[in-house]
Amino acid sequence: MSSSKLAARIVALGYLALLLVAPVAMIFYRTFEGGLAPVWKAITEPNAIHAFWLSLEIVAIAVPLNTIFGVGMALLLERGKFRGKLLLGMLIDLPFAISPVVVGLALVLVYGKTGWFGNWLIGHGIQVIFSVPGMVIATAVVSLPFVARETAPVLRELGTDAEQAAATLGASAWQTFWRITLPAIRWGVVYGVVLTTARALGEFGAVSVVSGRIEGQTQTLPLYVQDQFENFNVTGAYTAAVVLALLALGTLVAMNLLTRRTRRRTAV
Amino acid sequence: MLGRGLLGLYLSVLVLLPVAALLAQSTHGGTAAFWREVSNPQALAAIELTLAISAIVVIVNAIFGTLIAWVLVRDEFPGKKIVNALIDLPFALPTIVIGLVLLALYGGGSPLGIDVAFTRASIALALLFVTLPFVVRSVQPVLLELDRSMEEAAASLGAGQVTVLRRIVLPALTPAIVSGVALSFARAVGEFGSLVLITGNLPFKTEVGSVYIFGQIQDENLPAAAAVSVVLLLAALLVLGALALVSRWRSQHVL
Amino acid sequence: MAIEALNVSKRFGDFVALQDVSVRVSDGSLTALLGPSGSGKSTLLRIIAGLEIPDGGSVVIDEQDLTSTPARNRGVGFVFQHYAPFKHMTVHDNVAFGLTVRKRPKAEIGARVEELLGLVRLVGLAERYPSQLSGGQLQRMALARALAVQPQVLLLDEPFGALDAQVRGELREWLRHLHEEIHVTTIFVTHDQEEAMEVAEQIVVMNKGRIEQAGTPEQLYESPRNEFVMSFIGPVNRLGDSFLRPHDIQILAEADGSGIEALVRRVVHLGFEVRVELTLPDGRDIWAQVTRETAEQLELKEGQILPVRLPAPRVFAA
Repeated sequence: MSSSKLAARIVALGYLALLLVAPVAMIFYRTFEGGLAPVWKAITEPNAIHAFWLSLEIVAIAVPLNTIFGVGMALLLERGKFRGKLLLGMLIDLPFAISPVVVGLALVLVYGKTGWFGNWLIGHGIQVIFSVPGMVIATAVVSLPFVARETAPVLRELGTDAEQAAATLGASAWQTFWRITLPAIRWGVVYGVVLTTARALGEFGAVSVVSGRIEGQTQTLPLYVQDQFENFNVTGAYTAAVVLALLALGTLVAMNLLTRRTRRRTAV
Repeated sequence: MLGRGLLGLYLSVLVLLPVAALLAQSTHGGTAAFWREVSNPQALAAIELTLAISAIVVIVNAIFGTLIAWVLVRDEFPGKKIVNALIDLPFALPTIVIGLVLLALYGGGSPLGIDVAFTRASIALALLFVTLPFVVRSVQPVLLELDRSMEEAAASLGAGQVTVLRRIVLPALTPAIVSGVALSFARAVGEFGSLVLITGNLPFKTEVGSVYIFGQIQDENLPAAAAVSVVLLLAALLVLGALALVSRWRSQHVL
Repeated sequence: MAIEALNVSKRFGDFVALQDVSVRVSDGSLTALLGPSGSGKSTLLRIIAGLEIPDGGSVVIDEQDLTSTPARNRGVGFVFQHYAPFKHMTVHDNVAFGLTVRKRPKAEIGARVEELLGLVRLVGLAERYPSQLSGGQLQRMALARALAVQPQVLLLDEPFGALDAQVRGELREWLRHLHEEIHVTTIFVTHDQEEAMEVAEQIVVMNKGRIEQAGTPEQLYESPRNEFVMSFIGPVNRLGDSFLRPHDIQILAEADGSGIEALVRRVVHLGFEVRVELTLPDGRDIWAQVTRETAEQLELKEGQILPVRLPAPRVFAA
């Protein structure tokens, strides 16, 4: 075992331990430091429960929408015939380059009361900003690219032979998609959905801007964490953080199990 | 086709219209107003701080990220699979939780006796956390595909380990490192959630661009918020655009 | 079903794949589209299938103009070079696919699939997945799949190109037998002239987007219309503007006044056939093809000088 190899290993692992592992471990420790009773109390707090379900509700709407859109976009990029594919690809990736806070701002500028559609929305009694619909849109925007980005390369690698064969055998476009294309790309889609869900659950900045952060009404779990912490309710904040961290670890496990299925090149 | 129309509508509602509105708002009062908002001392301080710390952070990432990728690909040790999985933790963990966990260990009351809360170091710490995976995941596939025989050939010709690294391996990895760095930078300049709790958001000291924007929105000063937003957005887009151009140049000239 | 492609043209960007190509294929025949890569043969096949739309010209099958009919409605069976298997389905489901999308009753599908698997000799493999099959088996599955919906036309795009030499030979023979049993109008694309000569009743030789000549294997071999066809089909010696077939060159035991003297440069034994590389008195090199017996009789070896009789050369108008 060469000394430089050992040194590299120690430095790399040490960096990861100090940056990633130790802080997360600390949170778990701190949360359960005072026993289970305060934790239970924090979990059963009505606002906490509401925040949890609101987060899930938003995810339950945003993720399916983004999945359908993502698969559609991937099909368009890899099977469609038109110019401007580069532009389309860039547009889909745009949410990655925009700060979540800016996403929130942009949405307020369009759908807020002084925004472009402000008057029209108010006139029809639809509230977007400071209400759940706005939060759903914000969450959808920040988690938009994942399914498209994961599905497109799989579609490209798949090639069109099988789809053409299906056409010569009499299958309609829908039948071909449903029976031939979708089953072939399913793991790419699933992986994209996992990433989308993780991003959507954890979204903070954009939702913070559009929600108005009203306790018990428009607080998602991440917003609840901030609120508790700023009100010096440390246990409440830590407990909610642990719930989110557990969901995140679940996501990690799912991502890793799927790595082999999608043949991504980061399996070691 | 109905499908294309619906997809276009979705994209418009979520991306096109908001971005257009942002650009419109920021240029609303003309370039003079834009400059005024952006050159406001507090705004300037926030922007400079953001760009400077992001730049430092991505350089650190380039070094450590490559090192970590190297160890993951070339080394063997028990638990390596778990370590590899952990790299994605910053992608999976909500940003607000990231801020909280860093605060727990490196903030006030930390068992280590370190307190970086309300300092610029805390910004760097949080940004290092959230941008960790980019360089690692960018370099890993390239390392995996790298043809060992190139290194062996160089060694058989008398090149020492360091030379092999310098002349054979690093040049092959450079595009991936650059790609990871660009993605890190774009992410870092926009980061918000992990910074709100740990930095204290002190204007001129630890207030980054995104926090400044948030403050302006709360004060209902939308033009100011929009102007600074556009600056941050441009910074990210410039870097990503440069990356795209360089990749295209490479694929046309190197093959 | 007779097939006619009339004045078909197709370009991809700047590349002209087909230029005003017309081909007629008679009902129930087995035809080969033969040519080097880039000749347009695959493009023509795909246009007949409806997988590509021509820029100009028309496709008529069984006297119906199907030029603007999509592939799924043309009743053509298509077999791809790399088999295009549905990887996530079993062999049974692959073969059944055409019937499944037509919503045929399960019993009918089951019977038909069994029948076809028997025909292509894949009985017992119905529950396997494509990843578990060999190349030859995959191609037979692809054929069964295409035949399941009783196409009026069967099109094969370099069907044996991805297979080992031995498997290729077996499948060629097998395709002929299949055609004799099921008289479906069949067109296959190949760049292998031996394959075309062995299997097809009619060969259409293509080059750079045009038809060079169409005819039976004998016609093409005995009466090539131009130097491309002559060089592509069968071995050839070129002397300036003249073309000679190697097996028409006779090596004589003794001079009889009609031959010229040539130096034997090299003798290559290829089993039954023997290649003799010769240098003519004027310094030009040619090679002759003789049988093993002839080589033995003449006791051919390097360095010999023997009289050689050249056939009447073929010359093509420029």
